[in-house]
Amino acid sequence: MSTAALLHIDNDPIWQLPSRGRVGMACVILAESAVFTIFVVAYIYYIGRDVNGPKPQDVLKPPIFGTICLLSSSFFIWLAERAIERGRMQAFRFYWAVTTMLGALFLADTGVEWRKLLTQDHLTISTNLFGTTFYSLVGLHASHVIVGLLLLSVTLVAALTNKLTPAHSERVQVLALYWHFVDAVWVVVFTVVYLVSAR
Amino acid sequence: MTVGGSGTWYSHFYSFGICVASPTSIFSTTSTPADKVRLLSLDVLFTLGCVFLAIVALIVHVLVHYRARKGDTTEPPQVFGSAQIELAWTIIPTLIILVLFLGTARVVFEVQDAAAPKSALNVTVVGHQYWWEFRYPKYNLVTANELHIPLSDPGNPTPTYMELTSADVIHSFWVPSLAGKTDLLPNRVNEMWVDPHKVGLYEGQCAQFCGAQHAKMLLRVYVETPEDFQRWIGTQRQQAKTSVPGILSNVDLESDNSQKITPQLGRRVFEGQACISCHAVRGTVAGGRFGPDLTHLMSRSTIAAGIAPNTPENLLIWITDPSVMKPGSLMPAMHLTSLENKQITAYLTTLR
Amino acid sequence: MATTIMSDPNPTREALDERASTDPGGRYLDTIHSWIVTVDHKKIGIMYICYALVFLLIAGMQAMVIRIQLAIPHNTFVSPFTYNRVFTMHGTTMVFLVGMPILFGFGNYLLPLMLGVRDMAFPRLNAFSFWISAFAGAFLYFSFIGGAGLAGTGTAPDVGWFAYAPLTEKAFSPGHTVDYWALALILNGIGSIGTAVNLFTTVFCMRCKGMTLLRIPLLGWIYATTAFLVLVAIGPLTAAQIMLLIDRYLGGHFFDTQMGGSAILWAHFFWIFGHPEVYILVLPAFGFANEIIPVFSRKAIFGYPAMVAATAGVAFISSGVWAHHMFTMGMTSFGNTFFTLSTMLVSIPTGIKVFNWIATMWGGKIRLTVPMLFSIAFLFQWLTAGLTGIMLSVSAWNWQLHNSYFVVAHFHYVLVGAILFMVFAAFYYWYPKMTGRMLNERLGKWHFWTMVVGFHLTFDFMHIPGLLGMPRQIYTYEPNRGWTGWNEIVTLGTFVQAIAIGIFVYNLVHSYFQGEVAGPDPWDAWTLEWSTQSPPPEYNFAVDPIVASRRPLWDLKHPEDPDSAFE
Repeated sequence: MSTAALLHIDNDPIWQLPSRGRVGMACVILAESAVFTIFVVAYIYYIGRDVNGPKPQDVLKPPIFGTICLLSSSFFIWLAERAIERGRMQAFRFYWAVTTMLGALFLADTGVEWRKLLTQDHLTISTNLFGTTFYSLVGLHASHVIVGLLLLSVTLVAALTNKLTPAHSERVQVLALYWHFVDAVWVVVFTVVYLVSAR
Repeated sequence: MTVGGSGTWYSHFYSFGICVASPTSIFSTTSTPADKVRLLSLDVLFTLGCVFLAIVALIVHVLVHYRARKGDTTEPPQVFGSAQIELAWTIIPTLIILVLFLGTARVVFEVQDAAAPKSALNVTVVGHQYWWEFRYPKYNLVTANELHIPLSDPGNPTPTYMELTSADVIHSFWVPSLAGKTDLLPNRVNEMWVDPHKVGLYEGQCAQFCGAQHAKMLLRVYVETPEDFQRWIGTQRQQAKTSVPGILSNVDLESDNSQKITPQLGRRVFEGQACISCHAVRGTVAGGRFGPDLTHLMSRSTIAAGIAPNTPENLLIWITDPSVMKPGSLMPAMHLTSLENKQITAYLTTLR
Repeated sequence: MATTIMSDPNPTREALDERASTDPGGRYLDTIHSWIVTVDHKKIGIMYICYALVFLLIAGMQAMVIRIQLAIPHNTFVSPFTYNRVFTMHGTTMVFLVGMPILFGFGNYLLPLMLGVRDMAFPRLNAFSFWISAFAGAFLYFSFIGGAGLAGTGTAPDVGWFAYAPLTEKAFSPGHTVDYWALALILNGIGSIGTAVNLFTTVFCMRCKGMTLLRIPLLGWIYATTAFLVLVAIGPLTAAQIMLLIDRYLGGHFFDTQMGGSAILWAHFFWIFGHPEVYILVLPAFGFANEIIPVFSRKAIFGYPAMVAATAGVAFISSGVWAHHMFTMGMTSFGNTFFTLSTMLVSIPTGIKVFNWIATMWGGKIRLTVPMLFSIAFLFQWLTAGLTGIMLSVSAWNWQLHNSYFVVAHFHYVLVGAILFMVFAAFYYWYPKMTGRMLNERLGKWHFWTMVVGFHLTFDFMHIPGLLGMPRQIYTYEPNRGWTGWNEIVTLGTFVQAIAIGIFVYNLVHSYFQGEVAGPDPWDAWTLEWSTQSPPPEYNFAVDPIVASRRPLWDLKHPEDPDSAFE
C-alpha cells in the first residue's frame, strides 16, 4: 500500500529495538533509586543529631556474614544467567537455588540483628532519630530483599518443575537485574549505616 | 453596611486609587534591606520588561506577516533550522541571565552577610500558633504581637537584629516595608535585620501557612525615635502595677460583695483559673508561657495578634469565647459566668 | 497510493473493528465491561482524560469557593477550616488528579499512534496504573465523607498542597486529614511511576520500522523526558510521605522537631519532587505546541535537534533548582545565589523553545484555527510566566515575593496560561482523531475568547495584591491593605473563566453527537496518527507503517519534495 514511504528505506538494516523488559526494569530501578536516595540522605542528615541514646557506635556491629551472603548471591545469579543463556538448565537450577538460599540467609541475619537491637539495646523505631532512620532504611532494603526472594522462589519452582526453558532467558535476566540492584543498594546502606555512622 | 462607611460598594473602587499607598506594598520601603531589594527589583523589572516587549513584537510581526491568504493551498518553503540562529538565541539570553545573576548576588551578600554593629538592638522573635512573641534579651522583657524598635539614624545606626525561631510549626515574619520575609522554624534559629529610617507603624503578617488561623496572625511594628523607644522600654520593664491585691495576698475579699465588677475580684478569678498556666503577668503568680505575656496588655493597641482594637468590649468578647473572633485559636473558652468574664476584663484593663 | 491509506476503510478493517460487530442487545453492559477490562492504550488514554476532566470541574468549583471567599475582606462565605481544606484539595487535585492524568491520557492515546505501533510497551501495566490512580483519586475524595465527614467538610486535608512539616505531625494535625493526603498520593505515585515506565519504554522500544530516534515526533521525546522526570521525582515524594506516615503511625521522629527532627528536611524532600513536577506538567504542553504550531504554520518544526536538546536541558537543570522554593528558610548566601543561578539557567533552554516556535511560524502560512489560537495565546502566556519566574528566581526579591499572591499568579500563569491552554489546543486538535468528529469551530472561538478574557482578568490582576503584600493561603484579609479592588477583579475573572469552561464542556458533548465528521486527516497534518481512521481501530494500523523521515505523511503528500531527502 504505502509504497511511497517504503521507497526510501529499502536499504535499511534489520530493524532492531532495545528489549522492553530491560528498559522497563531500568526505569523501575531508577525510580527505586530515587526512593532509596531520600532515605539514605535522611539517615546521613540525622547522624549525631539525637537528643538521647542509644547511638549507632554503641549498638551496631557490621553484619559481615549477611553481607557476604548477599554480595556473593549476585555472583551466583550471574552464573545462573549465563547457564540459562547457554541452555544448561541443570546448572541454572543449582545456581538459582544457591542465590535464593543466600538471599534467605541475609534476611535471617538481619532478623537476628534486629532481635538483638530490640531486646538487648532497647532500640525501637520510636526511641530516637537513629532508631527511626535505621529501621526505616534497613527495613526498606529488607522489604526489597523479600520481594526479590518471592520472585526468585517463584522462578525456582518453575525451574524445578521444568516450566522454565532457555526461551525465558531474557526474563530471567530482567529479574536478575533487579537482584543486582538490591545488592548494590546494600553496598550503599552498609557503607552509610555500619561504616560511616557506627564509626 | 453603613452609607459612606468602609464597606460601601464604591469604597472598594476607591481602594484602586490607594493601592500603591497600601501599607504593605513592597515598593514603599523605609529600611535598608527592603530598599536594596526594591532598587534591584526595579532593575530586573526593566530588563525583563524590555525582553518581554521585544519578543511580543516578534510574535506580533510573525502573526501579521505570515497569515495564510484565503484560498491559498500551496505550502510555504520548508526550513528545518539553522545552527547560527540557534547559537545566537542561546548566547544572548545567557548574557542577560549573567547580568541579572550578578546584580542579585551583590544584593544577597550585602543584605545577608552584613555584620551587626555594636549599637544594634537584638530581638528574639518566637512564632506561635497564631501569635508573635518578642523578647528583648538585653532588657529582659517579653511582649507580644506589637514589636517596638528604634529609628536608625544613618550617621549613628541602631539597626535591629532579629533571631527568629518557632515554638510549634513554621511561620514567616513579613513586614514588606522593612525587609523581605524570613521563616521561623522550630528547632532552628534564623536571622534578619532592619534599620528603619522613618518613624511610624508598619504592618505585615505571617507568610507561611501555619494552621487554621494563619490569616489572622498579623504583625505590627512600631518604629519610634530613640527617646520614645527608651521610654517604652522603661515602662515595659516595670512589673505589673499591682494596684489590686492578688489571690495570695492577705487581703480578705470574702466579705466583699462578690457580685461587683471590680479589678480585685477579676484578679482573683484570673489567678484562680487556668489562665495563669498559659499567660504571664510579671510580679504576680501568673507565669505561663504558652500564651502572650499580659504584664502591659493595655499598652498594646490591638488584641489577638492584631485582629481587633484593644478595647474593654473586645476583650470581653475575646475572653468569653476566643473562637467567636478567631475560630481555631488555641485559647479555649473557659466557660466562666458572664460576671466572671466581666471581672477578668476589669482586671486586665488595669494592666497598663 | 496516498489516498488509499488516508481514507476509504476497506471491508477487512470493518470486520476487525469490534464496534461494528457489537450486538445491540445488552450493549451498555458490554460497553462498560469492555472499558473496565480494556488494555487498549486508546481506551485507557480516554479514561485518563475523562477522569481528569471530572476532577478539573471539581477543583474548578473549589477555586470558585476560594475566589468568592476572597472577593471582599472579612468575608464569611466559608469558615477558615473549610477554606483551608478547599485550597489544599484544589492544589492537590489540580496537580495530581488533573494535570498528570490528563497529560498521561494524551500520551497514552497518542504515542503508539505517532510511533506507528499497536499498543504501549506494557498494556496490562498501563491498565493497572490507571486503575490504581483512579482508586487514589476516589480515596482522596472519600476524605470529605470519611471519618467525621458527614457532619461537614469532614477530614479532607487542610495543610496546603506542600504540607510543610511539622504542621503535618500528629501533634498539630490530629485526626486523619494528613493520612488521607499521604496515602492517596503514595497510591497515585505508584500509578504515575507505572505509567512513566510505560511511556519511556514505549518511546525507546516500540517504534515502527524506520523510525530512528531522530525521526520520533517531538512529542515522543517530550514524553520520554517527562517520564524520566516522573521516575526521578515521584520517588522522593513517596519516600517523604512514607517517612511522614512512619512518624504518624509508628512514633518515628523524621520531622518531629521536639526530638531533634528537622522541618527543613521535609521542605527539601518535597521540592526535590515539587519542582521537577512543574516541568512534568509543562513539558507535555510544549509537546502539543511542537505538533500543533508546525501544522498550522504549514512548516516543519524549526531546529528539531535543538528542541530535543532543549527538552533534555530543561529536565536536567530542573532537577537542580528545588531550593528556590526555600530562599526564605534561612539558607546561606552561597546557597541562595547558587539556586538563583541554577533557576535562571532554566530560562535558556525554554527560551530556545520559544524562539524555535516563533521561527517555525516565521515564513509560514499561518491558519488561525482554534488549536492554533490557543497555541498563540500559550506563547504569550508562557513568555510572561517565564519572565515572572525569572523575577522570582532573584533570591533577594524572592524574600519579598515568596508565598505572596505574586507567586500564586505566576504558577497559575504556568498551569492555566500555558498548560491548560495547550491542553485545550490538544483537545481541539486531536478530538477529531479520538471521536471521529470535529469540535465545533464557532463554539471553539467563543470558548477561546472568553477564556482569554477570563484568564487575563484573573491572573494578570492577581500579581498586584502579591506586590502589595498579600500572602497566599489566607482565608481572609484586612480591609486597610488596599487589596480589595484587585481581589474583586480577580474573582470576576474566575466567573468569566467558568463560562468559558462551560462552553468547552458543552462543545465536547454536543460535538460528540452532532459534530462534523472528521475523516482520517482533517488538518492536513504529517504525523502517523493521521494516516489511520478516526477513531482508529483497536489495532491502530491495518498495515505496519514504515517511515523514512520525521513527517511521513508529508513524504506521502509531496513525493516531489520529501523530507527524507534532507534529513
